[in-house]
Amino acid sequence: MSKFTGKSPWVVHFNCNSCNGCDIEFLACLTPLYDAERFGVLHVGNPKHADILVVTGSVNKKNMHVLKNVYDQIPAPKAVVAMGVCAATGGLFADCYNVVGGIDKVIPVDVHVPGCPPKPEAMLDGIVKAVEILKKKTKETETVTEELPVVIVKPKELPAETAAPATAKESEK
Amino acid sequence: MTYINMIIESPLLRCIAVLILAPTIGTLLSGFDRKFTARLQGRVGPSFWQPVYDILKLFGKQQILVHRTQLAYAILHLFFMMLTLVLLVLGQDLLMILFCQAFSALCLVIASMSVRSPYSWIGSQRKILQMLAYEPTLILLILAVYLQNNSFLGFKVLERDTPLIYSMPLMFISLLFVIAIEFEKSPFDVASSHHAHQEIVKGTTLEFSGPFLGLIEVAHAYEMAMFFGLMVAFWHTSIIMGIVLALIGFILVLIMDNICARLTSWWMVRFMWTIPLTLSLANLIWLWR
Ligand code: SF4
Repeated sequence: MSKFTGKSPWVVHFNCNSCNGCDIEFLACLTPLYDAERFGVLHVGNPKHADILVVTGSVNKKNMHVLKNVYDQIPAPKAVVAMGVCAATGGLFADCYNVVGGIDKVIPVDVHVPGCPPKPEAMLDGIVKAVEILKKKTKETETVTEELPVVIVKPKELPAETAAPATAKESEK
Repeated sequence: MTYINMIIESPLLRCIAVLILAPTIGTLLSGFDRKFTARLQGRVGPSFWQPVYDILKLFGKQQILVHRTQLAYAILHLFFMMLTLVLLVLGQDLLMILFCQAFSALCLVIASMSVRSPYSWIGSQRKILQMLAYEPTLILLILAVYLQNNSFLGFKVLERDTPLIYSMPLMFISLLFVIAIEFEKSPFDVASSHHAHQEIVKGTTLEFSGPFLGLIEVAHAYEMAMFFGLMVAFWHTSIIMGIVLALIGFILVLIMDNICARLTSWWMVRFMWTIPLTLSLANLIWLWR
C-alpha cells in the first residue's frame, strides 16, 4: 500500500508566522503553469486529507500549539516540508522576542527548502524530495530531525569608549 | 464470447461483474476527467490511473475517526450506492432505484451532519439543496420512460427497438445538468468540489480521512459509473453508439466545468427548477398520449 503514497501526495499548506512571501510563491507554484499535478500533487485545504504538510514561516509562542495540532490531524504516513529559511531556522525573525525558532522545534521536519522565498523549481524539488521520503515511510515511522546550526547575524554593539572611531583612525595615519 | 453470454444470462454473475467493473469504470472516467482538464489548461496533467492511486493510497493510511456514527453512515452510503447499481442492472423498478440513490446521498448528508465541524454542516446543507434541485428532473425522466413503456421496470427499456434518445432528446440535455451536479462539477460544485478545495474547504467529506475517505471515493466511483450507464441506456440498441453518446455527454459536462465558475447554491436551485425542468416538461408533453 505504501508505494501508492508516493504516487498521490496531497499537500496542505500552513502559514505559521510567515511574511507571506513564501505563501504567495508557494500557491503560485501550484498553479497550472508549473503543473505540480503531474506528480499527483493535489493542494488540499484540510490536514485530514493531506500527506505532506508544507509550513512557511517561523514558529512563535502563540502558534506552536496550532502547528502541532495541524500536524497531529494528518493521518500517517506523512512528511513535512519546511519552506523558506524562516521555517528552517527562524530566518529573518530568529531573534524576535516572540519567535521560538524553526518549525523543527515543534514538529519533525523531513525536507528543508532554503531561500527567501525559494524559487518555484526549488519548491517543486522539495515536494518531490518529500515524496521520495514518504515512499519509505510506513504508518509507524517516527521522524527525527537533526538540530540545524543556527547562526544569528546581527551588528556587534559598539564599545562605549570609542565614541569617534573615524577620527581615531585618521590620527593613527 | 461464451463467457460473456454466460455472464449476461445469469443475474447473479451479472451483479458480481458490475460490482467489480463499476468502480473501475468510475475511476477511469475521473482519470479521463483530470487528464482532459489538464490538457484544456495547457499542461501535462497526472497519469490516467491517478484516481486509482489516490484511492489505494487512502486505504493504506492511518485510521482516524471522529466517531463511529460517521463510519456507519459512510458504509451505508457505499452500500446503497452499490444496491442502486445492482437494481439497475437487474432491470428493477426505476422508482425504487431513484429511492435507493436518494437514500445513499442522504446517508452522506447525515454522516457529515453528525460531526461538529461548521464547514461540514454547510456542505451537507448544500448537498440537500442539490438533491432538491435535481430530484424533480430525475422523477420526470422516470415518468417519461413510464409513458413510453407503460411500465416502471428497467428491463422494459431494453426490450424497445428504438433508442430512447429519439423520443427524449430534451430529457437527455436535462440529465446532463443532473450529472454535472452529481459529478460535483462547476458551476454546481457547491457542496464538495472534486478538484481544488473551495470556500468551505471540502464540504461534506471534510471530516473523513484515510480509508474512510476512500470508502466515499469508491461510492463516488460507483455513482459515476451508474450515471454513465444511464447515458449509455439512452441508445441501448447499439452499445457502441450508446458509449459514444455517453462520452459526448461527459465531455460536454467537463467543458462546462472548465469554463464556468462556481455559483451559489440558491442560483443552482433556481436554475435547475427553470431550464432543465422546463426542457423535461416540454419533452413530456409530446410523449403524453
Ligand atoms: S523565508 Fe523570506 S519570504 Fe519566506 S516567510 Fe521568511 S522572510 Fe518571508
